[in-house]
Amino acid sequence: MLHLIDRRPNGRGKSAVNRERFLRRYKAQIESAVKKMVGERRLSDMEQGGEVRVPKRDISEPSFGFGRGGDREFVLPGNREYVAGDRIPRPEGSGGGGRGNQGGEGGSEDDFVFSLSREEFMQIFFDDLELPNLARTEMGHTERKKSVRAGYSKSGVPSNLSVIRTLRQSLARRIALSGGIAREAELVEAEFAVAVAAGHATRAAELHGQLDRLHRRRNRLPFLDEVDLRYRNRVWKPEPIARAVMFCLMDVSASMDEDKKDLAKRFFTLLYLFLTRKYGEVDLIFIRHTDDAEEVDEDTFFHNTRSGGTVVYSALELADTIRAERFASGWNVYAAQASDGDAFGADPARSARFLREKLLPATRYYTYLELAAPDSQDHSSTLWAEYERVAEASANFAMRHATKREEIYPVFRELFKKESQ
Amino acid sequence: MSPISTGADWDFELLERYDTAIAEVAAEYGLDTYPNQIEIITSEQMIDAYATSGLPVGYPHWSYGKEFIRNEQAYRRGMQGLAYEIVINSNPCIAYLMEENTVTTQALVIAHASYGHNSFFKGNHLFRQWTAADAILDYLVFARRYVMECEERHGATAVEEVIDACHALMPHGVDRYRRPAALSYKAEAARLAQREAYKESQFNDLWRTLPEGAAGQAATAAKKSFPADPQENILYFVEKYSPKLEPWQRELVRIVRKLAQYFYPQAQTKVMNEGWATFWHYTILNRLHEKGLVDDGFMLEFLKSHTNVIAQPGFDSKAYSGINPYALGFSMFRDLRRICENPDAEDREWFPELAGSDWRVTLDFAMRNFKDESFIAQYLSPRLMRDFHLFAVADHVSEDTLRVDSIHDERGYRRVRKLLATQHAQELRVPDVQVVRYDRDGDRSLTLRHIRRRGRPLHDAASEVVLHLRRLWGFPVRLETWEDDIRVGDVVECAA
Repeated sequence: MLHLIDRRPNGRGKSAVNRERFLRRYKAQIESAVKKMVGERRLSDMEQGGEVRVPKRDISEPSFGFGRGGDREFVLPGNREYVAGDRIPRPEGSGGGGRGNQGGEGGSEDDFVFSLSREEFMQIFFDDLELPNLARTEMGHTERKKSVRAGYSKSGVPSNLSVIRTLRQSLARRIALSGGIAREAELVEAEFAVAVAAGHATRAAELHGQLDRLHRRRNRLPFLDEVDLRYRNRVWKPEPIARAVMFCLMDVSASMDEDKKDLAKRFFTLLYLFLTRKYGEVDLIFIRHTDDAEEVDEDTFFHNTRSGGTVVYSALELADTIRAERFASGWNVYAAQASDGDAFGADPARSARFLREKLLPATRYYTYLELAAPDSQDHSSTLWAEYERVAEASANFAMRHATKREEIYPVFRELFKKESQ
Repeated sequence: MSPISTGADWDFELLERYDTAIAEVAAEYGLDTYPNQIEIITSEQMIDAYATSGLPVGYPHWSYGKEFIRNEQAYRRGMQGLAYEIVINSNPCIAYLMEENTVTTQALVIAHASYGHNSFFKGNHLFRQWTAADAILDYLVFARRYVMECEERHGATAVEEVIDACHALMPHGVDRYRRPAALSYKAEAARLAQREAYKESQFNDLWRTLPEGAAGQAATAAKKSFPADPQENILYFVEKYSPKLEPWQRELVRIVRKLAQYFYPQAQTKVMNEGWATFWHYTILNRLHEKGLVDDGFMLEFLKSHTNVIAQPGFDSKAYSGINPYALGFSMFRDLRRICENPDAEDREWFPELAGSDWRVTLDFAMRNFKDESFIAQYLSPRLMRDFHLFAVADHVSEDTLRVDSIHDERGYRRVRKLLATQHAQELRVPDVQVVRYDRDGDRSLTLRHIRRRGRPLHDAASEVVLHLRRLWGFPVRLETWEDDIRVGDVVECAA
C-alpha cells in the first residue's frame, strides 16, 4: 500500500527562517567581514555578494565530550603489517590514530565560510543609513500612486466581493420583486376564503390553483442574482513622495593622483549604490572639475580620465546653476564633494563663501570628503581650513578626511548614519 | 517476465510498479513494515531536510540555519554529495526521494528505506521501546507551534537562550531506563493547560510564613542530600526542579528533551539499522533480477551505487573517516546469512547454534533484539575481522607510543570483537555526567559529578556547557570530576 506524494511544488526556503536567524545572531561578525571586504574589492565588484568567514569557535555548540588524554583502545580497519605488540609513534596533532569523527572538538579550527547573496550583502552594507533631513512633501509627477478605497462597484474580481453589500442588495431586490406577488396573493386568498365560505367548489379550486402559481412565482425569485453583486472599489490616488537630487562633485585635477582618485571613486560608488538601492527616486547629477567644471554622465564620471588645474569654485557654481534651473522648488537637494583640497589663490575663500551663502541654504545636507596621501602629516589644506569655518556655522554640513581605502566605508557610514542613533 | 522498465527516467506510475514488485518480494521474505509514504523532493528541499536531522517539521533555531548553510556550501562546491533518501521513523513511514535520482536509484532507495529501514523501525526493540512512531509527527507540530508562540510572547532572544542551553545538554537529556508515555498534540496541549491551572489554583502566599513543626524540621534534615540518588537525565532534573524557570521555559526544556529521546535509539543502532537496510535492498533487488523484472543495465548501475555505499577504506587511506556503518552492518548480516546457509568448521566452532539454522529466523531475531554494541559482540565472526583487517590500538598515557593491542588472529579475535563492540557503546561516547546534589535549603546551587574512567578528561567546552546550565538553573552550578571515589582535577564552577 503505497502513498506517493509529489512535494516538489512545496518550494524550498523551509530553512530560510533558520538561515536568517543564523545571520542575525552573527551580525556583528558578518558586518566586520563585510567592511573588510569593501576595502579589498575592485570597484566593479562592489555590488556583488561575497564570502564571509566566521571563526569556528564563535559558533560552536558546546556539549560534554571527551578531551585528549587518558587510556583507551580503538579498532581500525585495513591492517597490513602490524602484529600484536607493535609500537606506532603517536601521530602529530591528533589525540591518537585516525579516529575520524570521534576525536572530539580537538582537531581543526577552520573558519566557517559561507557566501552572502547580493541582496544580503547590500542589506548589511547599507543597514542603518539614510539621507538626512529628507522631507516628504511634494506631490510628485504621476509615478508614485497609492490604491485607496472608493465605495462599491458593480463589477470586480471575486476576491473583492463585498458579501454584506451583496446580500443587502439581494434582500432589497427580493422584497421589491415579491411585493406585487404578495399583494396579489392577499387578494386571491381573501377571494378564496369567500368562495370556500360560499361553497363554490369549482371557484375555490380555481383560486387555489392561482394561489399555488403565485407561490411558485415567488419561490422562483433567485436568492442571489448577478445584479446584486457588489465589489469593493479601489482607485489610484497620487501620493506625496520625497523627491531628491544628489550632486556628486569630484575633483579630477592633476594633484589628484591615482590613489586619491580611487578613493574618491570608491566613495561615490558607495554613494551611488546606496542611493539607487535605498531610494529609487533620487536624481543624480555628476559634476567633475579641474579648473573648469562640466556635467557628465555616470559612465564618464566613473571611468574617464581627465586632468588639469584646480578651481573648486567652478564646480560649486555649476552645481548651483543646475539646481536653480532644474531643481528650483520641491526638491530635496544633497551634495557630496570629494577633493584633495589643493586649491590656491582666492579660490578656497571664494568657494567657501559661495557655499555658505548660496549653496548651503538651498541644500538639505552637504558633505565634503578630503582625500590626502596616506603619509601626509598635515591634513589641513587651505580648502579644509576655509570649510571648517563653514561647518561651524551650519548644521547641514559635514566634512571628513580619508587617506586609505579601508577608511572610505567607515567615513561613509559616519556621514550617512541614521539620525536617531 | 519482462523488465518493469528500461532506461534511466522515472515517472510516478513506474515508481508504483516498482514498489508493488518490491513489496511482493519483501512479503516473500516476511518483512513486517509500517505502511509507506513516499515523497518526491528536489535537491534544495533535501538540503532543507538535512538541516533539521530529516524531521519534516522543526522549531526555528539558528543552529539549523548554520547546518543548512554548511551543507549547502559543501554541496555547491561539490565537496559533499547528497543522500539519495531520508527516512523518518513514523507511522506511516515517510521516505523522501530526490527527483534527480535515476529509476534504478529510486528502486534502490524504495527497497532500502521503505522496506529495509521501515521494518527495522517497526521491529527493533529500542525503537519499539523509546519512540512512538504514531505520535512523533503530531508532537513535532506541537513543539513548533509552542516554540513560535513563546517567541511571540517572550521574544526570540529569550527563547533562543533557553534552547541553546538545552541543546548543549541534549546528550544528557535522555532516560535510559524508563519508557516515556506516548505523546500526541491534543493530549499534550490538554495536559499543559491542566498543569498550569492546577498550579495557579494551588498557589497561596500565606503558607510561606507558617512556622515549621518538629516533624518539618526532621524532614528538612532528611532532605539535606537531594536528590537521594544521582540523576543522569540532567535536562529532566532541570525541568522538574529548577528553582527559577518560568513554566514556558520548562516546557521548552521538555520539548528538547523529548527530541533527544526520539533520536536516542538512532545513535545506538547506526550499524544495525544501515546494515539491515543495505542487506535488504541488496537481497530484494537481486531477487527482482532473478525474477527477470529488472535488466542487466539496471543491475550494473545498482551494483555501482551499492559498492560505493559499502566501501570501507583502510585507516591509512585519505578517504578514511571511521568505520563505515553501512559496510560493517551489511557485511555482518550477509555473513550471518552465510553462516546459516553454508557454515564451515570455524563457524560451527564459533556459532554452534546458528550454523545451519533458518537464516530468516536468525536475522529477524538479531534485528529485533540487539543494538550495535551487543550485535557486534554477539555476531562479528573471525572471518569478517579478517576481511576487514581489523586491529586494535591502545593509547595509554603511560606509554609514549601507541601499541598494537591485538589483531585479527587466533589470539586476538575475541579481544578485537570486544573492543569494537565497546567502541559502539553509547555509554562510552557520551561522558558520564550526573546531578549529585541540589542544595535546596542553602544557596540552591547544583552540583554535577563527572565520573572519569581510565583518566579520560572532559574537553574544554565543558566550562561553556556549565555556563549554559547555569543560565537554565538560575543559581550557582559546579562540576566536579571523580575517579575511583576520589575527587580529581579542577572544579568548574559558575557562581553568578
